[in-house]
Amino acid sequence: MPEKQKPAEKRKAPEKPKVALYWCSSCGGCEESVVDLAENILTVIDAVDIVFWPVAMDFKKADVEAMPDGSIFASLINGAIRTSEQEEMARLLRKKSAVVIAYGACAHLGGIPALANQFERERILRYIYEEAPTVINTGGIRPMTTYKDNGHTATLPVFRHVVRTLDQVVDVDYYIPGCAPTPKLLLDALLALLRGERPPKGTVLAPDTALCEECPRKDSKPTDLHFTEFRRPHAAPIDPELCLLAQGFVCMGPATRGGCEARCIHGNMPCTGCFGPTSRVRDQGAKILSSLASNLDAQEDKDILKILEGIPDPVGTFYRYGLAGSLLRRALKPL
Amino acid sequence: MEKPIQDAWNTAYTRANEKTRRIVVDPITRLEGHGKIDIYLDENGDVDRAFFQVPELRGFEVFSIGRPAEDMPQITSRICGVCPTAHHMAATKALDDLYHVEPPPAAKKLRELIYNTFMLEDHALHVYILGGPDFIVGPDAPAAERNVVGVIGKVGLETGKRVIVMRKRLREIISYLGGKVIHPVFGLPGGVAKGIAPEDLPALREVAREGLEFARFTLQVFKDIVLTNDEYMKLITSYPYTHRTYYMGLVDDENRVNFYDGHIRVVNPNGEVFARFPARQYTDYVAEHVESWSYVRFSYLKPVGWTGFTDGFDSGIYAVAPLARLNAAEGMATPEAQKAYDEYFAALGHPVHYTLANHWARIVEMIFAAERIVELLDDPEITSKDIRTIPTAVPTEGFGVVEAPRGTLFHHYVTDERGIITKANLIVATQNNSARMAMSVEKAARGMIHNGVVNEGLLNKIEMAFRAYDPCHACATHSLPGQMPLVAYIHAPDGTIVQELRR
Repeated sequence: MPEKQKPAEKRKAPEKPKVALYWCSSCGGCEESVVDLAENILTVIDAVDIVFWPVAMDFKKADVEAMPDGSIFASLINGAIRTSEQEEMARLLRKKSAVVIAYGACAHLGGIPALANQFERERILRYIYEEAPTVINTGGIRPMTTYKDNGHTATLPVFRHVVRTLDQVVDVDYYIPGCAPTPKLLLDALLALLRGERPPKGTVLAPDTALCEECPRKDSKPTDLHFTEFRRPHAAPIDPELCLLAQGFVCMGPATRGGCEARCIHGNMPCTGCFGPTSRVRDQGAKILSSLASNLDAQEDKDILKILEGIPDPVGTFYRYGLAGSLLRRALKPL
Repeated sequence: MEKPIQDAWNTAYTRANEKTRRIVVDPITRLEGHGKIDIYLDENGDVDRAFFQVPELRGFEVFSIGRPAEDMPQITSRICGVCPTAHHMAATKALDDLYHVEPPPAAKKLRELIYNTFMLEDHALHVYILGGPDFIVGPDAPAAERNVVGVIGKVGLETGKRVIVMRKRLREIISYLGGKVIHPVFGLPGGVAKGIAPEDLPALREVAREGLEFARFTLQVFKDIVLTNDEYMKLITSYPYTHRTYYMGLVDDENRVNFYDGHIRVVNPNGEVFARFPARQYTDYVAEHVESWSYVRFSYLKPVGWTGFTDGFDSGIYAVAPLARLNAAEGMATPEAQKAYDEYFAALGHPVHYTLANHWARIVEMIFAAERIVELLDDPEITSKDIRTIPTAVPTEGFGVVEAPRGTLFHHYVTDERGIITKANLIVATQNNSARMAMSVEKAARGMIHNGVVNEGLLNKIEMAFRAYDPCHACATHSLPGQMPLVAYIHAPDGTIVQELRR
């Protein structure tokens, strides 16, 4: 309802900073985290004008195109990038915004959809439309980007080969991590920017300490860990008080940034790393790998291999949310 | 919520909506994902063809390969951040089956508790904010009023406040047990990761009782506003919104609606039982059709077959979600829900073929979910510490099914002996409805457009046709939700676009 946004009397009021929210390849959980601000939406609404938010408002791409370059105070973009449409929107918002924030694990590091980077595009299409157990498709029909029928043409967007992080497509100023981010981080970040604070470009707007620092089980974490086995969470009881690493479960806490309020730990499950690494770590997976490997309590190759059987999917464990943004970026499994 | 915070919220709510009208909680676009409608007119200006397209794909089934099965509840919840609990639960149940393990009774009750809490919270969202405004405010009300603000105008600010507070408190129950409400972590094969501490029980029970009051109140609102209005009832039962199809839903041993567990029951267009089967047999009954113009797959009943986008006995097209669940069952497992169920069928006949009756059926289900939450929290076993059975059997193949708010949800995994996924298949709620939804859109378009005259109410009437399903195309394509609101293009016979309508 853009016309409703511009009543004459409104122009008299002092202009508030404009904020845009947008989603790319994501699940909607980041949007839910904004809605979960609940009563704190007051603070946000008082402070800014939301000028674009497809999930909640009817502003169009054309409305954004009509804005002067750089006129949006901040754009919060969630989701990874897989289609040309997402690339275009990210570039448009970059051009129109003073600050671009990658919001949530997918925009920040690729997120779970980026696990698809281990697979060829063709393999995905073939399985989904031809091989899945319930599909009956003897004609080998595939969705087509241009479909002609009786003189009618229906079009679909192109499905790209690789999932990318937001900063692999446009210049990003700041990051808000998490799958999903907490409403508190969102609120704190916005208020800090509105106060005129400008952390160095590239800053992740969350505490720059490992999750272990805020973990309620911190006191039970041994100074020296010794792994004689790695236990998979389904296969062993989980003590609700004791450090998960001390129990032999892979917990990403040491290699993961805090600020999440240790939510998974409160659910009595290990951290899976959705906040990404701290600023001192380039590659989250490499960091936890070196940390775990240096604490293996074994000398012989066969004993080491035996212990590593407890981590059957290293990429999915260490790069659950960060494959696209990692040094690996894309690691194909053989067809 | 404390009083000052409530007041602050109310002020925010009012201000937000004065200024931007749809800013607060209006996730229609999210729930529907990326939708696109192309309508083609013939020489006479009547509808020749309408495409309802879902243009996204992510491929979760494929990138699940090589992952440890126990990670699936957390990986597949990322299919949808709006209904993560549904995917998490379907995956967890598939893991029970995969590992041939039976969770302790308390674990099942905790799962059912979380699940019904999620159903109540999610249904309330749809009733008050997404689809409900079509009726509570009115289908012919201006678009700017057909939203949560209009609902508050109609039923009062207090109710709006109640929705927000109730939703928040119900979501806190999910966070308590699941760690996170957006992508919970409680599900393990053979049980759950966390139980309820006895000292926390009184507070949870209080929320449960408020939830039941809230569900009762919601039914009363619907009765007062919709059922007393002849125009609304005419609309609900009108031709463009009627399809005589098969219906599917999960039922318990006595064929009563169950969201968490049971057998899948299918009834034919006369409401007679067509099939009743466990999740393990789903490939005998469900098949999927592919079209070149959409990334979504179209589910149909395999024994009946695919005969195109048409209804009736000879077409395998079926429906899921509230309307279908009530049709596919023989009753409700709780007293007040049973009463509401009886009123519903007494008014509309059995089975109900009116797509728009989904709104009423959804409220009947809210009563059930709320009563079930109270029952479960009053169960002395709910605080038991016996909440896990550690699996010992070699994993092979697992099937899990739940009723998501938007319909029957199937997860199916095959693993090697280490429990590493070698094959996955997911049939997601909205996918089951995709064929019927495409029919609904085309039927509404044909009903609205004649002689080239595109009625102003076209978009809303078409939206109403599919909004009643509460569809989630993010789920249906295991894909991202949409970037743009709904777009409808009206094409002349030569292919040129004569009109473009957007929400």
